[in-house]
Amino acid sequence: MVLSKTATESGENVCSTFGSRYVRTVLPKYEIGESSIPKDAAYQIIKDELMLDGNPRLNLASFVTTWMEPECDKLIMESINKNYVDMDEYPVTTELQNRCVNIIARLFNAPLNETETAVGVGTVGSSEAIMLAGLAFKRNWQNKRKAEGKPYDKPNIVTGANVQVCWEKFARYFEVELKEVKLSEGYYVMDPDKAAEMVDENTICVAAILGSTLNGEFEDVKRLNDLLVKKNEETGWNTPIHVDAASGGFIAPFIYPELEWDFRLPLVKSINVSGHKYGLVYAGIGWVVWRTSEDLPEELIFHINYLGADQPTFTLNFSKGSSQIIAQYYQLIRLGFEGYKNVMENCIENMVVLKEGIDKTERFNIVSKDVGVPVVAFSLKDHSFHNEFEISEMLRRFGWIVPAYTMPADAQHITVLRVVIREDFSRTLAERLVSDIVKVLHELDTLPSKISSKMGDGKEKKMEKEKLMEVIGGWRKFVKDKKKINGVC
Amino acid sequence: MVLATNSDSEEHLHSTFASRYVRAVVPRFKMPDNSMPKDAAYQVISDELMLDGNPRLNLASFVTTWMEPECDKLIMDSVNKNYVDMDEYPVTTELQNRCVNMIANLFHSPVGEDEAAIGCGTVGSSEAIMLAGLAFKRKWQQRRRAQGLSTDKPNIVTGANVQVCWEKFARYFEVELKEVKLSEDYYVMDPAKAVEMVDENTICVAAILGSTLTGEFEDVKLLNDLLAEKNAETGWDTPIHVDAASGGFIAPFLYPDLEWDFRLPWVKSINVSGHKYGLVYAGVGWIIWRTKDDLPEDLVFHINYLGADQPTFTLNFSKGSSQIIAQYYQFIRLGFGGYKNIMENCMDNARRLKEGIEMTGKFNILSKDIGVPLVAFSLKDSSKHTVFEIAESLRKFGWIIPAYTMPADAQHIAVLRVVIREDFSRGLADRLITHIIQVLKEIEGLPSRVAHLAAAATVSGGEVKTAKMSLEDITKYWKRLVEHKRNIVC
Repeated sequence: MVLSKTATESGENVCSTFGSRYVRTVLPKYEIGESSIPKDAAYQIIKDELMLDGNPRLNLASFVTTWMEPECDKLIMESINKNYVDMDEYPVTTELQNRCVNIIARLFNAPLNETETAVGVGTVGSSEAIMLAGLAFKRNWQNKRKAEGKPYDKPNIVTGANVQVCWEKFARYFEVELKEVKLSEGYYVMDPDKAAEMVDENTICVAAILGSTLNGEFEDVKRLNDLLVKKNEETGWNTPIHVDAASGGFIAPFIYPELEWDFRLPLVKSINVSGHKYGLVYAGIGWVVWRTSEDLPEELIFHINYLGADQPTFTLNFSKGSSQIIAQYYQLIRLGFEGYKNVMENCIENMVVLKEGIDKTERFNIVSKDVGVPVVAFSLKDHSFHNEFEISEMLRRFGWIVPAYTMPADAQHITVLRVVIREDFSRTLAERLVSDIVKVLHELDTLPSKISSKMGDGKEKKMEKEKLMEVIGGWRKFVKDKKKINGVC
Repeated sequence: MVLATNSDSEEHLHSTFASRYVRAVVPRFKMPDNSMPKDAAYQVISDELMLDGNPRLNLASFVTTWMEPECDKLIMDSVNKNYVDMDEYPVTTELQNRCVNMIANLFHSPVGEDEAAIGCGTVGSSEAIMLAGLAFKRKWQQRRRAQGLSTDKPNIVTGANVQVCWEKFARYFEVELKEVKLSEDYYVMDPAKAVEMVDENTICVAAILGSTLTGEFEDVKLLNDLLAEKNAETGWDTPIHVDAASGGFIAPFLYPDLEWDFRLPWVKSINVSGHKYGLVYAGVGWIIWRTKDDLPEDLVFHINYLGADQPTFTLNFSKGSSQIIAQYYQFIRLGFGGYKNIMENCMDNARRLKEGIEMTGKFNILSKDIGVPLVAFSLKDSSKHTVFEIAESLRKFGWIIPAYTMPADAQHIAVLRVVIREDFSRGLADRLITHIIQVLKEIEGLPSRVAHLAAAATVSGGEVKTAKMSLEDITKYWKRLVEHKRNIVC
């Protein structure tokens, strides 16, 4: 028997979400609330707040996949409660990871025969993959130096200044010195000659990038390999190469199969690739593959017993979801080689459409190359009245998120806008973006320059030269403040 | 106009199991050359995955296996959001910050009402512990350099019952692990022994709230008091880290008077797994520092977002946003009262299971009543049958219950461990008890595997072994079996 309660109480359960008291109260921000609230209220409140996040599919800043087929979404939801690390309990999921590793290793021409198992592992992203690879290099180098009786307290790594922030993290957290090859105007990747020059006896490896974050270019890994082979012969240091193929690893094999950048080059000992970039899986998965088991020191591997067999593991993370691993396997068998090739060819075509549209405005220089990851990076020809940051802000009004960055040293005076072409960026969207950019340019042309308007504020009495100095100073500060550490991928 | 050609053109009409895709070999080592239809791909994978264990019957793991459908919906809606794009998803970033503050408050962090707490979301407690350890290592190095002393031999003091991620931290970040050995009946770190082991190179002492093996809480207060004394004498200022991976969301609700968190002055950082009793699916952990001073500035990377500075200090970069949003959902959906109710239910069901197991008369209970809700039990008599056999037999019913040996120096003890999660109801507890009783009966009927092997050993090889040699063989075989089964779980 249900006792009749007061009007408001019995009404509580019947209130629609927006009629209930939960939308009148302030949500706790710093402390857990005392009591529970109904699940529909909780769902609605959070969903509503999240409406103010950007739309992931219009986020042209990121390489990371934002769309997958509904069948895959289904698989993802079905495995959301599987803790990947429970290998004993979920042997099939573990097997799927191993298959992915083998497939990717062979895609990169690892020196394996038909039935050999590849050495590699699934990670949460390229950051973890790079840290593992770096750790392996560091340990191998230390062991070599110890055997030679030489000091091993000053390891360093040689990369270009265009590296993604995770290399800087690796260097800082694992106490390795980062020796950066500086860029220059017009040359925005690592120069192999300069890199080879910087190598010394303490260098644990040279890291080359296939698909530079800033303009999508592929670094010349073959040249680096050849130069290092020569240097290694002279010095006997055996300095190896790591290829950070976070974005390029799923582009080059399909679009540029003749390009030698992977294990076909003898000094390349490990490669990482992001499953969540052109591997076409949602955020949360990366892969690292080693050439042979010798390139991964045994002492770094932890052995877990599962089903009576030995399962070696070497990751920084332990418990994590299984969904992305299953999704990666889905993509690999669903698309196959031809499927990936089709998707990448479409991306390149749409990139060309966008690039040509931007070129036609005659207001921009194109900084990205044609060969590389499908990205269009462009900067204004004329900076005297407006800059790329303003264009980026105005494009937000239309819903587009197009980031503006300054280049790293020594090209910090160059600012670019960068659009990443992902699988789900269709030709129609490309043409719409071009027309929105044209609109923005028209609007900006009618507005007074932000810089000259600053000048107009009560500074008429100052002399010409001082005015000019202020303009330059203001501009420098503006650019410096906007300098973001390129932590995007 | 569709031309009728060979049978391939009708491929797309075939139901999945009539198509050629279920006749083809599943790609294992090499990417297939051609695409396949999405329904076939879905079915093929889904079918293979049927042979995985059922996550909800996986009683080995603390990690959450059930969430409300509303939360599942939020998770799916945000599966394509890359958490690290703070510029693009400011609300998601804000939700993370709120979670950090809520957890810091739960742990009695000394930050003021409107101050932001120092901490971040991670992929799990492994990452959280590595970050905490890195912070301790860097602080210790800075202090030693300032004193002009050597910094090349850092060490960390923990119990031998630590979870494997501490061993990983030690090995990857080149810190020596000094373990306080366990002993029979004492399966956690002894605070007195730990403090004894502290020397000038110790970067911190790590205590566990909710030992993996028995669910016990270590006596952090005693550790704090002993360490305070030692620090006063030596001036080394050795801090404490509390690994509250499982206990961090139990103690505040069930044992609010237990002092283990920032109420103790020497506790400088705490980690907790959101995906254990935080009641979120696998993939989220939290690390909280006491104050800004406990996180060295040179480890923090500054990213500019929306014109404001967002400091970040994580090992992972791109990752999904779903679990962070799910954690916030749980906090506001359940509130303090909701979490308390759930934990009380878990303890109740754990008690019921423990009583049922005790009543069989065949087991010793190793887990304590105060701690994380789990039941760890060992056979009173292991001479004929072992807990490993029981674990195997229970699999027949669908239960996944792991059997482990204890770490040094109690390796001769093997236990079965059942973790009571939110979704382990009383009905399931009673059913498990019934099955355990059934398994015991069945096993007793079988010849002992150990004796069987001894018999085999004497027959094979044509030699006639003496009784003593047989015994040695048995012991060796047993030792090998037990060693191999040493499981690393969380």
